[in-house]
Amino acid sequence: MTKHNITATINGDETEFTCSAEQTLLDVLRGELQLTGTKNGCGTGDCGACTVIVNGRPVNSCLVLGAELDGANVETIEGMAKGGELHPLQQKFLDQAALQCGVCTPGILNMAKALLEKNPDPTETEIRFGLAGNLCRCTGYDKIIRAVMDVAAEMRASGS
Amino acid sequence: MTELKYEAPETVEAAVGLLAAGTQGAKIFAGGTDLLVQMREDLIEPEVLIDIKKIAEVRAITVGSDDIKIGAAVTGAELGEHAEVNALWPGVVEAMELIGSDQVQGRATMGGNLCNASPAADSVPALIAAAAKAVIAGSGGTREVPVEEIVTGPGQTSLGPDEFVVQIILPKPPTRAGDAYLRFIPRTEMDIAVVGAGVSLSLNDDGTCAAVRMALGAVAPTVVLVEAASDILVGKNLDDAVLDALASAASGVCNPIDDKRGTIEFRTKVAGVLARRVTTIAWQRAEKS
Repeated sequence: MTKHNITATINGDETEFTCSAEQTLLDVLRGELQLTGTKNGCGTGDCGACTVIVNGRPVNSCLVLGAELDGANVETIEGMAKGGELHPLQQKFLDQAALQCGVCTPGILNMAKALLEKNPDPTETEIRFGLAGNLCRCTGYDKIIRAVMDVAAEMRASGS
Repeated sequence: MTELKYEAPETVEAAVGLLAAGTQGAKIFAGGTDLLVQMREDLIEPEVLIDIKKIAEVRAITVGSDDIKIGAAVTGAELGEHAEVNALWPGVVEAMELIGSDQVQGRATMGGNLCNASPAADSVPALIAAAAKAVIAGSGGTREVPVEEIVTGPGQTSLGPDEFVVQIILPKPPTRAGDAYLRFIPRTEMDIAVVGAGVSLSLNDDGTCAAVRMALGAVAPTVVLVEAASDILVGKNLDDAVLDALASAASGVCNPIDDKRGTIEFRTKVAGVLARRVTTIAWQRAEKS
């Protein structure tokens, strides 16, 4: 079977992996690189559980092929905490119990991070629309939205 | 089962060569938001995926003096961030941006939305209203075709097996012009159009309509152009009688299916409602431009 040799930056580290043509980024992360923080939900781009950041944009990793990522920059949930310190979004989700089973959480955290980088002062409606591609079947949306709004307010106040 | 191959040519010619070599078993891979889902659901089983995202002109937006060339693999997110396209063709941009979540927007392309050939594709009525053309490359060279000649039926296009869409060309709109796209869906977002309506129009110095194109999606096997819109609107001001006539004309061209998303009667009525609303929005944009 033809394998593609790919070198990509994953969470800041230059990483080499091999994959076949049909393997998605999600397959590569979970199966080849043991980065299992990214979750497999629907596999068809509907649920957002597998959301990661590729070249600065949030995408569903189930709809990206590993073979197309030579030279790409990929950020997953494993790279979100820096130096043992949780990202403010991660800390807020813990503090305010903005998760129940946790399967949707890595995708939602990546999506919320991308959303706040693009729009540091979002309205509740903008957050709800921005997270519309992330399904939570524990019905925890309200706490999730409030946690993101609170982090946005704190990050603006601290100027970060 | 044959082993799937992945190819990433860097020129249009190389991509055409791969298409010609792979013919029936080759599929163009742009954003993948339809293609990879169809593969996952075993609806298609390609032998070769030809990733066109490494081809420079397929990934670029070029604003020239007469037109705007949008590479077939430019994503919805990239289009939405492009100030000039937003200013000149807001209806095309709003149609593209309605497709899927922000994650899907990071990948989904207008070339893919067109060539996937869904009757409910959101960008297509807006492109047809805008009189957009597609640049098609093939073994015999390139040709330019009006967008309405690309889709021939659900999932079917007029492209030859060795052809693919390289760019979509939008004309530079005249002064006092505006366009808009609206769709009806049962939810607030992230759904497939039950009816979609795109309109592009320009105004004369005296404030009457100079030209108009209206196209409807999801009401027939392919997007339909409402030809009667010109006769109704050109030379007129926008008033209730004109809007009523436009709504009747829009409902009149509908040939929809009955399904769980909407009945024939409902889609036909909604087409008229959207025709009124979308024309009003485009008219307001033209007055402000």
